[in-house]
Amino acid sequence: MTILRPGLSNTRPLDLARGKVDLSHGAGGRAMTQLIEEMFFASLGNEVLNREHDAALFTLPPGRVVMSTDSFVISPLFFPGGNIGSLAVHGTVNDLAMGGGVPKYLTAAFILEEGFALSDLALIVQAMAVAAAEAGVAIVSGDTKVVERGKGDGIFINTAGVGVVPDGVEIGGERARPGDAVLVSGTLGDHGVAVMSRRENLTFSTEILSDSRSLNDLVADMLAVVPGIRVLRDPTRGGLGATLNEIARQSGVGIELNETSLPIRPEVRSACELLGLDPLYVANEGKLIAICPADQAETLLAAMRTHPKGRDAAIVGQVLEDKRCFVRMKTGLGGTRMVDWMAGEQLPRIC
Amino acid sequence: MKYIEEFRDPALARKLADAIRTAADPNRIYRFMEFCGGHTHAIARYGVEDLLPSNIRMIHGPGCPVCVLPVARVDEAIALASEHDVTLCTYADLMRVPGSKFDSLIKARARGADIRMVYSVTDALNIAAANPDRQVVFFAIGFETTTPPTAVAVKQAAARGLTNFTIHCNHVLTPAAMRAILGGHENGKAANVVLDGFVGPAHVSAVIGTAPYHEFTRDYAKPVVIAGFEPLDVMQAILQLVRQVNDGRAEVENEYTRAVTPSGNLKAQALVAEVFELRDRFDWRGLGTVPDSALQLRPAFTAFDAERRFPMDLPAGRENKACACGDILRGEKSPTDCPIYGNPCTPENPLGACMVSSEGACAAHWTYGRFREAETQKETA
Repeated sequence: MTILRPGLSNTRPLDLARGKVDLSHGAGGRAMTQLIEEMFFASLGNEVLNREHDAALFTLPPGRVVMSTDSFVISPLFFPGGNIGSLAVHGTVNDLAMGGGVPKYLTAAFILEEGFALSDLALIVQAMAVAAAEAGVAIVSGDTKVVERGKGDGIFINTAGVGVVPDGVEIGGERARPGDAVLVSGTLGDHGVAVMSRRENLTFSTEILSDSRSLNDLVADMLAVVPGIRVLRDPTRGGLGATLNEIARQSGVGIELNETSLPIRPEVRSACELLGLDPLYVANEGKLIAICPADQAETLLAAMRTHPKGRDAAIVGQVLEDKRCFVRMKTGLGGTRMVDWMAGEQLPRIC
Repeated sequence: MKYIEEFRDPALARKLADAIRTAADPNRIYRFMEFCGGHTHAIARYGVEDLLPSNIRMIHGPGCPVCVLPVARVDEAIALASEHDVTLCTYADLMRVPGSKFDSLIKARARGADIRMVYSVTDALNIAAANPDRQVVFFAIGFETTTPPTAVAVKQAAARGLTNFTIHCNHVLTPAAMRAILGGHENGKAANVVLDGFVGPAHVSAVIGTAPYHEFTRDYAKPVVIAGFEPLDVMQAILQLVRQVNDGRAEVENEYTRAVTPSGNLKAQALVAEVFELRDRFDWRGLGTVPDSALQLRPAFTAFDAERRFPMDLPAGRENKACACGDILRGEKSPTDCPIYGNPCTPENPLGACMVSSEGACAAHWTYGRFREAETQKETA
């Protein structure tokens, strides 16, 4: 699979078992070319990437173009259900899909810390390859930099991507209207709790896996049935609470949730209780929020539930007229409370 | 979540709400103080107020450890980390509490001070053991609930012979604060609040038991119903308080029998008594100087006292003048009575401690209940 070029043929292959990233891997010399060829091309190679140009050259299908970029600095790098590589692909694919776009091409830039294990890098790059293939996108351009030991945290990845929006699809955070229905595609908080539990060394009887995955296939099915979807968003950092507040502000509306309709795994609920977190504000990496006219909500829900990535989808609330742009929730108990913007990070309680 | 969801059951909540409405005399107003921030948080988060008749008023008490911590102690924490070059370990809630001149631990950390957020005092102890060349100070804060773990850590530090671990002790006592609220002490700012009873502490009572509250039924004729931190616990306690008031009774009742016994956790009490003794007086935000209201290390453990190892002579702490935290902590004002509530004081930009912790009355009100305020109010977040 490795395509060794003349000039590198007398170099020993990368030691993927014990080798470490060193400063020469980012210096522009032979070692860097070797890393790019044996590590990145070997896993991610495709017709466009393999041409080794400074810029990728490709033709997009007709339509409006969506473009997005995202940097990934997650700790730990490996977590139950994924790693920073799969996450870096899913994150950008999903951002494109939330714009109503069909994702096509990605770029990937790696900032590696001196001493980072090549075996870990290989696992990460392989996970990117699997994620890209699953999402139907090609990684067509890349960059590698190495920083001195102590100046990075193992590996940071930036991905950017482009996609094409089909005619007739108009999605935007400013398009929610009073009366619209609010749907989520599945259980909330899985990713954040999976990462937190690994970070805090918490073990539960059932392991909580991150939901990190691409959502472009689910979005395609949804738009095929209800092209009039008004808002799509993936509730990543800040979770459902933060994302709904953003939408409410952009659209100049209020939103009311029903607590009893929110799909949350019992183990995630328990972990949040233990860690003093509110699942409404915990990150997701494989879930979306959809807002559509109320009369199409049931049709959309049925379409989501027939897709494996939307099996636990639910209608969780409605859009209200409210100039203050408040997000509120009918509690299971029968009262009402605000679902406010989060202040700072979620702080653990002390007693 | 077995044993938690049961205490959030909507059908039971409706039954309890009906029972409270039936029991409450429409011709009078009931004013109950929930002492603990945990109760304040539960009431706000679950929308319990929506289920109560309008003549039952819940007054938020001072049972939020970071809220009652005076500015001077925050200043000391900042000075320890900034000027004495120690590794300061603290619970995360304290990071954003404002000290004098708008300073805070989170700002000190950004300036380069070594401040670590820990989940427990054990983490601080481990940091000290792993860094023998660094002086590590644990900022010990909390009511009776968090005191036993601090006592354990001090004993472990002594047993391990750690010479680089100390605590900055801010542990305070619930009954003393309740006494201050009822005006039963001489030096402090006697509260001027009319109360018909207390929803008594949950976790604190699991440690100290129910016995210490008899003072309030006996000497002040105020009923106390100890309640858990789940919404149905709080509602059940309110029902019991209404019934006591109607009957003219003032008794200590225990709604939280799944965790609280009359004598409490005797092992924890013994540990605390072994390591700590009463402080003559302690300054509380809102309550002023209250005698015998806090703890300090016993002479046998003074080697672990940060206040002795790092003597500090700081100017008197200065509260923000416009902040009504004091009146709110005494239950004399509600958050919306404060002139700076919501503008400019918000959880993003807290000027007073009640806006910092999720258990603070202002933060709970702002975060969960703001939609009830006049529709015309400007959104400032």
